[in-house]
Amino acid sequence: MAGSLHSIKKTKRMLRVLLLILVIISLIYVMFPIVWMFVTSIKSNSEIFAVPQTFIPRQGTTEAYNTVFHSSTRLRFFLNSFIVSSAVTIATLVVSILAGYAFSRYEFPGKKLVNMFVINTQAVPPIALMIPFFGMIVALKIYDTLWALILTSMVFTLPYGILMMTGYFNSIPKALDEAVKVDGGGPFRICWQFLVPISLPGIVATGVYTFIMTWNEYLYALTLTKSTEMRTVPVGIQLLMGEHAYVWNEMMAMSVLGSIPVLLIFLCCQKYFLAGMTAGAVKS
Amino acid sequence: MSENVNTSLIKRKKISFVPYWFILPAVILLIVLMLYPIITVIYYSFMDKVITVKESHFVGFKNYKTILADPVFWISVKNTLVYTIISVFFHMIIGLAFALLLNTDLIPSFLKGLLRVCFIMPWVLTVTIVAILWRLILNPDGILNYILSNMGLMSTKIAWLSEVKTAMPSLIFINIWSGYPYFMVTILAALQGIPKDYYEAATIDGCNGFEKFIYITLPQLKPVMLSIIMLDLIWTMRVFALVWSTTGGGPITATEVLGSYIYKKAYNILDFSTASAASVIILLMSIVLSIFYVKAQKVRED
Repeated sequence: MAGSLHSIKKTKRMLRVLLLILVIISLIYVMFPIVWMFVTSIKSNSEIFAVPQTFIPRQGTTEAYNTVFHSSTRLRFFLNSFIVSSAVTIATLVVSILAGYAFSRYEFPGKKLVNMFVINTQAVPPIALMIPFFGMIVALKIYDTLWALILTSMVFTLPYGILMMTGYFNSIPKALDEAVKVDGGGPFRICWQFLVPISLPGIVATGVYTFIMTWNEYLYALTLTKSTEMRTVPVGIQLLMGEHAYVWNEMMAMSVLGSIPVLLIFLCCQKYFLAGMTAGAVKS
Repeated sequence: MSENVNTSLIKRKKISFVPYWFILPAVILLIVLMLYPIITVIYYSFMDKVITVKESHFVGFKNYKTILADPVFWISVKNTLVYTIISVFFHMIIGLAFALLLNTDLIPSFLKGLLRVCFIMPWVLTVTIVAILWRLILNPDGILNYILSNMGLMSTKIAWLSEVKTAMPSLIFINIWSGYPYFMVTILAALQGIPKDYYEAATIDGCNGFEKFIYITLPQLKPVMLSIIMLDLIWTMRVFALVWSTTGGGPITATEVLGSYIYKKAYNILDFSTASAASVIILLMSIVLSIFYVKAQKVRED
């Protein structure tokens, strides 16, 4: 009896050691590139490919960050990304809340059709719309403006937002609406004064996900803008690559700075973010 | 009582067009941004010299014939498939492994929280940032070659992203690194939804850890796994940004994928007509995949 207990303890300890090794290997695999990005951003450019390679910079320097902060072109990339992502997030939320309310609270002819359409748009690859969008945006005379990006980004954030909001509203019992109705509230009041406050977690999750989706959008930002002043962070960073192919520390500094907004949102709203991320697959 | 029913009936009839007002903005936006462009791209695919020239003519299936006769198109189809299938497979394996790791009782929970944040990190980075970061790491003078040669594993420097043999495997490796967290997070959520008493019952029946995994965990995960595999296939097939900001489809056509193929047709040689035909083909492929996805979802619901 005592012997078997001893052996159980032993295998448990072995399992722990094995697990620890696994965790360390996984962490190196996942985190090394990210750490390397940061390390490179605080190296001087001459140290980056110098042999022997250094894992801790011989002389840490913020020179690369200074360059970025003193360049209005570079700051402009961030400003553009912020404007586009915020506008798309607000517009997506408003339209999705309205549509989600109708889908969740009403039965009406054509509901199934619209719903099918919303679901299926998610399968359309962005590249398939690239050419018609180009024609459309040029015809609307908003080529090379942020409006072009705000409008086109919504094509993928909207279906997602509508499905998310419908799901959230569905989880709130309809009986609760009746209380507002008894008070003499119309459908708009039910939606705005009752459902919206109560669904705040769902709205935050949808908003966070929409913001990040838009922040990362690349294809339309590349094809629907042309001038450097209209570029967003993902395209701007790539432009930097073309111009200064060898200023690695500066590009890594841009990458670190470009990741910070998304990282902050992720860390602050982790719960909501994960809810948004898994909504597509876990909820049905 | 009956009066009450009557008024509510009248009310219901009176407000029956209310939902249409609520969905109106969404419907208008989706028609303008989705339906109209899809019709346009199909229309373009049957015309010649669209966008570049004012007057274009109906040419039937000519653009499709041009595309289907282009060997580069078939190379890009093959590359897209190889890239997608291998990536999704490893997303699944690594995602599952990490999810299981984060779900064991053997790791203290504060450490698990930290690990979870770390493990999601790659997914938070924008594709172009991922691309630049790996261009630095995989540079001939970069850290990977340095480590490999110091360990005695390599004698000559490899230009990972610009050699025909290594370019595609490198891209797949990068995509695996940045794409597994979606699987991990979703599988972890599903794991936490498996009732604990299933495992307790199995313990009483004398099952070991491995048997529990095969007979309880995997079958319970199967529906979720199926639907995220389909989703990931749809997403990974869209690859463009990663290729475009690392190899540009090269060297030669080693990493040409459908996305970069269409982009080049449209913006490098300004042949929007054949690019439209290729777009319609990729659209059809996605629709087929999404039909499978909807089927997988239905299976889950039943």
